[in-house]
This record gives sequence, C-alpha cells and structure tokens, in this order.
Amino acid sequence: MKIQDIKESFFIAAWFILLTFPIMVIQVNPIENIIEWRWWNLILVGAGSFMLSFVWRYLMNRKAGQKRKESEDAEDIPLTQRLLRNPRFFVPALIVLGVFVFAFPFLFSAYQINIMTTALIYVVLGLGLNIVVGLAGLLDLGYVAFYAVGAYSYALLNHHFGLGFWTVLPVGAFMGAMFGVLLGFPVLRLRGDYLAIVTLGFGEIIRLILENWNAFSFGPSGIANIPRPGFFGVDFSLEASSRYLYFLMIAMALFTIFVVNRLQNSRIGRAWIALREDEIACQAMGIDKTKTKLTAFALGATWAGMVGVMFAAKTTFINPASFTFLESAIILSIVVLGGMGSIVGVIIGALVLILLPEYLRAFSEYRMLLFGAIMVIMMVFRPQGIISGVRRTYQFKGKGDKAVKTRETVKQPAPTTDHS
Amino acid sequence: MEPILEVKDLTMDFGGLRALDHLDLEIDRGEIAALIGPNGAGKTTFFNCITGIYIPTRGDVVISPPGKKRERINGLKPNHVTERGMARTFQNIRLFPSMTVLENVMIGRHCRTRSGIAGAVFRGPGTREEEQAVVDKSYEILEKMGLSRFVNELARNLPYGAQRRLEIARAMATEPFLILLDEPAAGMNPQETYELDQLILRIRDEEGISLLLIEHDMQLVMSLSDRIFVMDYGKKIAQGTPEEIKNNPVVIKAYLGEEIDA
Ligand SMILES: Nc1ncnc2c1ncn2[C@@H]1O[C@H](COP(=O)(O)OP(=O)(O)OP(=O)(O)O)[C@@H](O)[C@H]1O
Ligand SMILES: [Mg+2]
Repeated sequence: MKIQDIKESFFIAAWFILLTFPIMVIQVNPIENIIEWRWWNLILVGAGSFMLSFVWRYLMNRKAGQKRKESEDAEDIPLTQRLLRNPRFFVPALIVLGVFVFAFPFLFSAYQINIMTTALIYVVLGLGLNIVVGLAGLLDLGYVAFYAVGAYSYALLNHHFGLGFWTVLPVGAFMGAMFGVLLGFPVLRLRGDYLAIVTLGFGEIIRLILENWNAFSFGPSGIANIPRPGFFGVDFSLEASSRYLYFLMIAMALFTIFVVNRLQNSRIGRAWIALREDEIACQAMGIDKTKTKLTAFALGATWAGMVGVMFAAKTTFINPASFTFLESAIILSIVVLGGMGSIVGVIIGALVLILLPEYLRAFSEYRMLLFGAIMVIMMVFRPQGIISGVRRTYQFKGKGDKAVKTRETVKQPAPTTDHS
Repeated sequence: MEPILEVKDLTMDFGGLRALDHLDLEIDRGEIAALIGPNGAGKTTFFNCITGIYIPTRGDVVISPPGKKRERINGLKPNHVTERGMARTFQNIRLFPSMTVLENVMIGRHCRTRSGIAGAVFRGPGTREEEQAVVDKSYEILEKMGLSRFVNELARNLPYGAQRRLEIARAMATEPFLILLDEPAAGMNPQETYELDQLILRIRDEEGISLLLIEHDMQLVMSLSDRIFVMDYGKKIAQGTPEEIKNNPVVIKAYLGEEIDA
C-alpha cells in the first residue's frame, strides 16, 4: 500500500464531501427559520468514502500481487467443479434436489416455506446482479433501487388502477430495465471505486425519494394491502398461499437461471466478459462499450424489477425501509461469496447468506459483523468465491478438419473482476 | 498502387509535450510497412491516434478499404475504426486473460455478427448457425496461426510468444484489410521471431491483408518490409525501402547512442 493510494483516497473523500455538502450538511429549518449545519454528516461522508476507496485500492493492489503468483501455478480444476460436471454425481444429485425442492413445502411449516421463498428471491437478485458485477465487471452498490422500483410499480399500479400481479410482473421487469438504463447513462465513463460510490448514491436517492415524496409513494408509512398473486380466482388458505408463492418463486428462479445461463454463453455474454477483462482491448476488437454496458445494467436491473413485484406481493406491505443500502450490500455479498460469474455459486451464496442468519437467530445481533468478517476472509483466501466461473470449452475433431462442437467440459476458474 | 491508409499532418499534444508532430504517412494495398524509431519517438501514440483511442490534436486519417469508398476516420470510436477494417495489437499484450483462447478470437467476430438479446435467450436456428459459424471461423484462424492445440486453454496460461500470436489471431478475426502490429516480436526468441516473420508474410500473401508494424528488431524489419518509416521526437525523419533506410545518414544519426534492442 503506497502513500500515493492514501493520497488518492483522501482526494476522493474531499471530493465527495464537496459534492454532498449541500444535501448532507446544510439543512434549512423552516419552523425556526434558521440553517442547521450538520457537521457530523460531513465527517461521516468523508470517513465513509475514504474507507470505501481505500479498501478498494487495497484489494486491487492485493489482486495485482496475486495475479503474478497465480500465473505460475495454474492448471488444476477445483474439486467442486469436477463434482458439478461429473454426470455420475450430477444427475442423481439433480434428481434428489428436484424431489426435495418439490416436497419441501409439504414437509415444513409455513414459516419455513416463507424463509425459503425469501431466499429464492435473493437467488434471483443475486443472479441479476451477477450480470452487472460478475460478468460485466461493473461494481453496482445501488442495485436495491431497481428492486424498489419493481416493488413500488406493483404497489402503486395496484393501488391506483387496481392492476393485478400478473399484469404488473412484466411491467415491473420493464421498469427495472428502464431505470437500469437511466442509471447506466451517467455512469458510462466511471469505473472502479468511482462507479461504486455513484451507484451507491443512486440507490440512496431512490430510497430518499420514496421516503419523502409523500404524495407519490405515501412516504415512510408505506403501502399496505397489496394483494397476493392470483391463481385463476381461487381463494387460498394462508398455508396454501405460501406454498403457491414458493412454487411461483421456484419457477421464477428456474426461469432466471435458464436465461442467465443462455446469456452468459452468447455473443453478448462474451462481450460483457471481455469488457470486464480489458476495456480498451474490448473496444479495439470492435465492441461498442456504451451499448454493452447499458445492456448489462438494463438486463441486470430487469430481474430486480421483476422480483421486486414478487416481493411486494409476498409481504403485502412495502415501505422504503425494505430498500436500504444494507440490501444492496447483502446482494453484492451473495455474488462475491458465491463466486462472480458462476450461477451455481450465486445460488449457494444466496442460500447460505439468507438461510444461515435465519437459523442462527441467536447471532442475529452480530449479523453485519459476520457478513463483514466473511467478506474479508473470502477476499483474502478465496477471491474467486465458493465456486468460480467456468468458461465453456469446445471439442474439435482432427487437424484441419471442419470444426465440430460436441460438448461442454470443465475449464479453469475465471478470476474476479478487474475494475481499474 | 492505391493507398489504403493516408495520414496527413497528424499532430498529438499531451499538455506541453508534442508526441506526434505533423506526421504524414501512406500505406499501399498489399504492403508490409514498418514504423521504427527510438524509444519514446511516438510510434505507439501514432497507433492510438489512428485507431481512435486518442483523438489527435490535428490532422486527418483517411482509409480506402478495398471495394469500399474513401472515408475520413478521425474522431471515430475505436470499435468503429475496427468495424471499418483496421485492427491492431498492443505493445503490452492486452488479451482477455480469463477467457479461453478460442473465446478471445470469437470476440474478434463480434463486430461481424448480429445476434442480440432475444437471439441469445431463444437460441433460434439463425443464432445457432451464426454461433457455429463464429466457432468454426475462429478455430480456422487459430489453426492458421498455429494455436489450435491451445483452443480451450485460458489465454493467461499461454506461453508469451503464443500470447503475441493470439493477439494477431484476434485481430484477424475482425476481417481487417489492414493490421497494425505494435512490437509483435518483443520478448520472442530467435526461433519464435523467425516463425513470426513467416506468419506475417503468409497473412499478407494468403489473406491479402496489409500490415503496418512497429518493431525494434531491425533484422525482422529489414527482411519483411516493403517500406519503412522512421520517426524521432514525433516527426517523420525518413521513409524508403530497407536499403535506403540502412544507408540514410539522418536515420543513423537518430539511432546513434540510442539503444535499439528488441
Ligand atoms: N497518455 C499519455 N499522456 C502523456 N504522455 C504520453 C501519453 N502517451 C504517450 N506519451 C508520451 O509520448 C511520447 C511517445 O510515446 P510512445 O509510447 O508513443 O513512444 P513509442 O515510440 O511507442 O516508444 P517505445 O518504443 O518505447 O514503445 C513519450 O514521451 C510518452 O511519454
Ligand atoms: Mg510503443
């Protein structure tokens, strides 16, 4: 860690203090007609952005060091991946898993089913953010904003126009995509820690709007009585209703997995990865950087929007408190812990991070502490996550023959993103 | 011979530093040309300016792709320059390290293919066909470049010389009419350099692609080039055939005391 890095982080902190000064420090008190100077906020903003930038730089430096080591001892396929791709293990495992997934809501209480449904929501959120962070390498700390957009789309459209769940589901996804593009535009030129801080700000702006624009969003008191998803007009008991939600969420997760899997092995998916690996080379190879970044933001946000609708329908009540930065941090942790760019990894990450705290209620006080600790440990010992991204490989027959693609096999892990 | 690349009066300032100074240069169709000069002469800057990575302070870059009309390309983004048929490699290798060798080349096909989000999700016959064509074409290029045994390796695990060749393969996948090579032989041993020499000749003779290379290996430059341009302090100080350059007193003076190792 060089003095230079500290200086730059310091500069960034100063810059953000200046930028946020008018909204964070100055507050007009209209009752007593005075201006309140909230210096404490200035210190918080300064310290916060400094820490963020500093940690970022530290990790980047570490990674640079690690890369050099890595290139020497390369070729060994991790055990997890060999198991995952070995049909003798994989097929029975998949069947067992399928049976378990199907039987789950009939074996466990409504409470357990609810927790699992929540975990599934995070699976989809993680997979969506994985497009932005894991594949395209754009560190987005405001992802929860799109989740909020989806949830409020349903709540408001239902409140004002009486639109139902199934009508709003695609609308929510579309609204998510729109907001993804909306955020994408101003941050096209930003990378690394700058991008992270600005997206964080965007997430907070959305939350603050929802909190303060009472006429539009009903402010902190939120919106209640949001109807649950309909099923051909059938009225469910509470128990059956949670089962129904569970299966809906399973379907949604499967749909997400299907689409994300196809995307990441497509022309666009490759362009995302190329963008993450080397922005300049990517452009020099004829890829439109702007378009590629915007599609990543939009497609990532689509899932958040969609699952936001689901969230509103599940809880039947939403308010801005459900969409704090903490949520973004959890979703990002899922991606980082599970393994950037790996679908299986993200699923495992979501289940671990959402289910563990639920079952370890005793530790819930220390939840954030635990998160932090896990993140740091992962960064140091296994920066590629539990399961690292796998590149598709192709088989070719004979030399000089026409190339024949036959099957997918296992390949080496893709390392984590490089943002700077 | 008609020129396929014409650069006129190209100037690039970095603050007070003039890295390119009213540079004129022409590449003919089917030519292998070399751009040489001492370290810091501005050769890489020249590549960056004509490929859209830097926007030159002044001057014109005009291309005449075979069979297409003449076009001024300064101010275009790098991806648009590549789309128009001018591809490049980098002095400090810039592969996509955690993608496979084949995928690196497949990225080069991006600007020659069309399938979008819907295509990726539904994977209809059109998309599948295109995808297969991309794989086939990329593999074919790898074979030509002698890299087919590495197809499924990650790019970062390749030996150094192979990485340099992979950069060329990736550039070829964009179907260029002109390839710009920035020190392709840097760090190669004599055997690899010899193979590179043969490879570059084959690219020109079999693919009909013209090449402009920046190179410090004088033996390679002299044996390959039809024409050589010499730069010093951002200015073009000489141009001509290898024979003429070897005996040019201005060139010798520019290099005196300078290191010209690879
Ligand atoms: N982005 C930049 N900002 C400021 N100065 C630059 C920049 N890029 C290049 N230069 C300067 O322009 C001059 C030319 O650099 P350039 O890299 O083009 O040299 P070169 O001929 O490629 O040298 P070499 O043989 O070492 O690769 C150098 O003095 C360099 O410091
Ligand atoms: Mg150079």
